[in-house]
Amino acid sequence: MHKFFIRSFVSSLVLLFTFTVAAIAKDVKAAFVYIGPTGDHGWTYQHDVGRKAVEAAGFKTTYVEGVPESADAERVLRQLANSGHDVIFTTSFGYMNPTNKVAKEFPNVKFEHATGYKREHPNVSTYAARFYEGRTILGTIAGTMTKSNVIGYVASFPIPEVIRGINSFTLAAQKVNPNIKTKIVWAFTWYDPGKEAEAAKALIDQGADVIAQHTDSTAIVQMAEKAGVYAFGQASDMDKFAPKAVLTSVENNWGPYYVDRVKAVANGTWNQKDTWHGIGDGMVVISDLDSQMPADLRSKVKKLQADLASGKVHSFTGPIYDQKGNLMVAEGKTADDGMLAGMMTYVKGVEGDIPK
Amino acid sequence: MIIDINFIGLIIASIMASSVPLILASCGELITERSGVLNLGVEGMMIIGAISGFALMTVTGSLIIAVFGAMLAGVLISTIFAFLTQTLITNHVATGLALTIFGIGISAMIGKNFVGIPGKEFPVLFEGLKDTIPLLGPILFGHSIVFYFAFALPFITSYFLKKTKIGLIVRAVGDSPESASNQGINVRLVRYACILYGGSMSGLAGAYLSMIYTPQWIENMTGGRGWIALALVVFSTWNPIKILIGAMIFGGLTIIQFHMQAVGVRIPVQFLTALPYIVTIIVLVVISRDSRKIRLSTPSSLGKSFHKDN
Repeated sequence: MHKFFIRSFVSSLVLLFTFTVAAIAKDVKAAFVYIGPTGDHGWTYQHDVGRKAVEAAGFKTTYVEGVPESADAERVLRQLANSGHDVIFTTSFGYMNPTNKVAKEFPNVKFEHATGYKREHPNVSTYAARFYEGRTILGTIAGTMTKSNVIGYVASFPIPEVIRGINSFTLAAQKVNPNIKTKIVWAFTWYDPGKEAEAAKALIDQGADVIAQHTDSTAIVQMAEKAGVYAFGQASDMDKFAPKAVLTSVENNWGPYYVDRVKAVANGTWNQKDTWHGIGDGMVVISDLDSQMPADLRSKVKKLQADLASGKVHSFTGPIYDQKGNLMVAEGKTADDGMLAGMMTYVKGVEGDIPK
Repeated sequence: MIIDINFIGLIIASIMASSVPLILASCGELITERSGVLNLGVEGMMIIGAISGFALMTVTGSLIIAVFGAMLAGVLISTIFAFLTQTLITNHVATGLALTIFGIGISAMIGKNFVGIPGKEFPVLFEGLKDTIPLLGPILFGHSIVFYFAFALPFITSYFLKKTKIGLIVRAVGDSPESASNQGINVRLVRYACILYGGSMSGLAGAYLSMIYTPQWIENMTGGRGWIALALVVFSTWNPIKILIGAMIFGGLTIIQFHMQAVGVRIPVQFLTALPYIVTIIVLVVISRDSRKIRLSTPSSLGKSFHKDN
């Protein structure tokens, strides 16, 4: 008798729970297509953190990781669209054409493509983050904290996203310290901890005492920690990997956007748009500032962060010259989004050539 | 740029540190291949070693357990290979490739819970002596125990193959398993042992990456080093000392090209990135021209299955 009561109590609880979950779930299914493994602790990892936020908001999600940017992507997208997903997020630049192609075949499915610019069909939106705003902050810190006036920068591939970051970083660093030199080393990989560490080590041996990175692993900040120089975290807060070296990190925060868009699909308010959010909208997040930074620098950075968020300060404010001394942005003007999106020239003060 | 002598010492030290995983994995694979078995699963065994070492270090907190655990993990996964190729007589190439794919997959699965955890500091030896001798100080001192082991290994391996009875047996099995078998040598047993040994060295190489070189776990963190180790074995014509040279050239050029970029040498970066691969192959081919010696050191039954009739 006793057992019977416990059993019926438990089963009614289970039933109740199931019904509640069913009531919350809005029957909208979201899918995510990833370029890398979710275990990269970088780009894909942060998108997956965003996906989990969607899940936490009560929606069903699925993801496919390690999808090559080829005909395979089309196959995966078709499969996802066919299996009842209402909105599909494609989270790498190379999915641009496959996304648009498959979107045409499935007009009732919404497609969201990250970092692209093609929206050929009404059911395709694009979104990206203004990471260069974060790099303006890093440049300001690097220019102030360096003693050797040599700043190292480990870059991945010569694409506008990376060039824009280098430029934004250098402009900000020069503003606080006109004597700095930015040394750039191309690793030609997004993540290979060994190679990234070697690149960072080379820069440190060459006298760099602050290291910035546009590759994904935590190997660089760990190398900086070992060598006793400063570094910045990439994509996620990397402070715990190198507590002494990491001054702050620029975090990719996709969650709020993903939740927003999936909710819009659920409410029927989804519309096509091009989103390019920065610090102001919370897509780019600056981690806690390390206490090794002097108090006045910290307050300066906080103010800069607020000004970037409000739009009072723009990362690319003229006059900006390229390496040959040609004017890129006139005094008092700011670079428009078209220029930023296609930026493939270094600004004055960056050393070396862009690999072709 | 002022080139001072300690700066050169620092560069050489980082070159040596970067070639450790290649030396370990290559010397292990060399023994396997010398017994006539071609195991293309080095990359897979390395990545299994990397995750096992990192996971054990995180869970148990003991570096010793982690290092030996990683070697044991390499042994376990290579046992699968040994069982398939020696007992079930499957094709070496196909089985080795499958082992790599399996290793990458299963390491990612185990690794899910270990992403984003910082590693522990691995103790280094003779740290205090680093500044006592110019140039040689940073080269000789202040490294982990695995580092010293890796640089002793090619010499030990060479001695083992040339001067010991067991080394001779391994070579006999690799050159002519039929004759060795007729002499009463248990070919399968020898090959099993050589495969497991190769696995343990690959496991150690992986653990070096995830615990010492870049203490963290991320998927695919071996980044193709297993394949380079395999290539080194072939291009060194199965000579452990040449493996050491090849690994140093490869690691060296990877690091020197970064230095050239940082100094601002105007050579296309893509060319610099390809340089380690090209030069390593050229140098090894040039130093191993003697065809008579190549014939002597090439295990003639490499990759061929041996099946005793009775």
